[in-house]
Amino acid sequence: MPPLLEIEGLTKHFPVTTAVFPRKKVAWVKAVDGIDFSINPAETPGVIGESGCGKTTTSKLILLQESPTAGTIRFDGQDISGLSGAGLMRYRREVQVVFQDPYSSLSPRMRVSEIIAEPLQIHTNMTRQQQQERVAEVLDLVGLRPEVARLFPHEFSGGQRQRVAIARALVTDTRLIVLDEPVSALDVSIRAQIMNQLEELQERLGVSYLFIGHDLATVAHISHRIAVMYLGQIVELAEALELCHRPLHPYTNALFTAALPAHPDDKHEKLALSGEVPSALAPPPGCRFHPRCPKAMARCAIEAPVRKEVDPGHSVRCHLY
Amino acid sequence: MPSLLQVSNLQTHYVSFGGARVVKAVDRVSFTLEEGETLGMVGESGCGKTTTCLSIVGLLPAGAQIVGGRIDYAGQDLAAMSQSEMRRVRGAQIAMILQDPMASLNPLFSIYRQVAEPAFYHRALRGRSLGARVRELLNAVRIPSPAMRMREYPHQMSGGMRQRIVGAIALAGGPRLIIADEPTTNLDVTIQAQYLDLLKELQEQTGVAIIFVTHNLGIVARMCDKLAVMYAGKIVEAGSVRELFNTPKHPYTKALLGSMPKLGSKEKLSAIPGQPPDLATLPPGCAFHPRCPEALPRCAIDTPAEFAVGPQRTARCWLAEPQIADIPGELHAAAAGN
Repeated sequence: MPPLLEIEGLTKHFPVTTAVFPRKKVAWVKAVDGIDFSINPAETPGVIGESGCGKTTTSKLILLQESPTAGTIRFDGQDISGLSGAGLMRYRREVQVVFQDPYSSLSPRMRVSEIIAEPLQIHTNMTRQQQQERVAEVLDLVGLRPEVARLFPHEFSGGQRQRVAIARALVTDTRLIVLDEPVSALDVSIRAQIMNQLEELQERLGVSYLFIGHDLATVAHISHRIAVMYLGQIVELAEALELCHRPLHPYTNALFTAALPAHPDDKHEKLALSGEVPSALAPPPGCRFHPRCPKAMARCAIEAPVRKEVDPGHSVRCHLY
Repeated sequence: MPSLLQVSNLQTHYVSFGGARVVKAVDRVSFTLEEGETLGMVGESGCGKTTTCLSIVGLLPAGAQIVGGRIDYAGQDLAAMSQSEMRRVRGAQIAMILQDPMASLNPLFSIYRQVAEPAFYHRALRGRSLGARVRELLNAVRIPSPAMRMREYPHQMSGGMRQRIVGAIALAGGPRLIIADEPTTNLDVTIQAQYLDLLKELQEQTGVAIIFVTHNLGIVARMCDKLAVMYAGKIVEAGSVRELFNTPKHPYTKALLGSMPKLGSKEKLSAIPGQPPDLATLPPGCAFHPRCPEALPRCAIDTPAEFAVGPQRTARCWLAEPQIADIPGELHAAAAGN
């Protein structure tokens, strides 16, 4: 089956300018720097990384909120940067997003029915009656009663609001939903509800997710494959379980060491990683991870490693392999 | 030897509309903490864990008041103290680390001034010895080149460094108890791991006791000796961390553990149905019964009392009730009612 979305050499550099006048570009922030990635139908790839690693910029590029500096994104085999008119409308209809904070992503002035029906008003010529029927249908899908359509977002708890956001994302026969930390703002017990709900919806509707997160256990649980990002690059990509059992890149290893235990008796190694993520403004030469890497060699400071496939479906960007 | 901190039957209520609306944010909470011990306090938002901590340090917001119970700290009852007496306890005896390091540091004062303040007031350090103490504290929390960094301001620090500086401020007065309210929620995973390792090390060096307020059971598994699980203003289960993880007695504890994703496992998570209740309109009987998979008919009527289910272990659930046939039913009702 051909992939639903294909990303090739995707790059986004943001200019850093001096004061207002004279406005000069003095440097570039390499937020995303040459990533290759694909999303298959009914699949969930996960993207994991710390703040500033470029995961949110990647999602913005996919959602056409930013235009790439270089590289292509193909949806259904078609380059999305060339889309316009009906093609662009179709793309925006089929690719949707759910954000982290359901308190700020839903308009407090709109009723739930209006929030969910808005994409329908834009993308379809359904009558009001048909729209309301569709709203009731998706509310049922996400486990809310149809009566709640009359209510405003403030009348809901965080978990219910996130369900409303998911319903809004699903309403237009969506094929890909970008989930940008969808459960980080929720309580523990509600998190599990939403994750189970997302998995169930995928089984029923065959929708693909791009799951972005920073909590390893959460991302590994819901994703089929995981891309680990560091300073704008994918440093390792593998099947979720393969990555959990055999992490190769020293940064992935550090993430696993830093992950919190599930039981007090789980053994605890001290994190060998020192320092903090360097600024994307001046990424270190050679391998971007080498100043923090416990296994750095002389070569790492000079030569940037390329991503190599070490096993089918498992690739890593490191000189050790 | 008496415990360092003994909270007994603490009740803190939020009263609004001239007494027409009373929210029992903390409802008969009791726990003890020994010198050098770490207690984890977990629960969902609005379960009263933060209000419990604010009651201990006497920083309750307007509208909230302690209406009953005692907070015995090193032989004094903190609940009965006046604000001016509390000022001598806060910082010197009990320090607090809050969630957002940017909000707990003053952007207008240098790092030196903020770290020095507790040592200045509570340890009466002045001049050169004060400067030496600040450098020592910044060294202890691994701030590189402290002599230079202490002249800088909070905006010049990264998030992880700011939280370490808050840690240095907490230690500056030489407290015996630190209350850390979700200190790592805003930090990246690797920075969080570094911070937790650092806290553990500082605890070993200084022997300070820590109360860790969190909603993350992973942090409890790594850091704590004892655990208190809170739900709707009450401690529903308490005991040693290992025992609670191995044999949880209360269905809520079981559910919380089941809803934690485990690394490298695709097992379906056991979600807790429904929402945490609104404290102003609690269901009758056990507050957890509408969401409880093991609820009995009596759970909707009688509030369960705190039953001892082992040494140093309690659970507030009818399922944990000791099975002794010769106690008449009325006695239970009486125990539950008060």
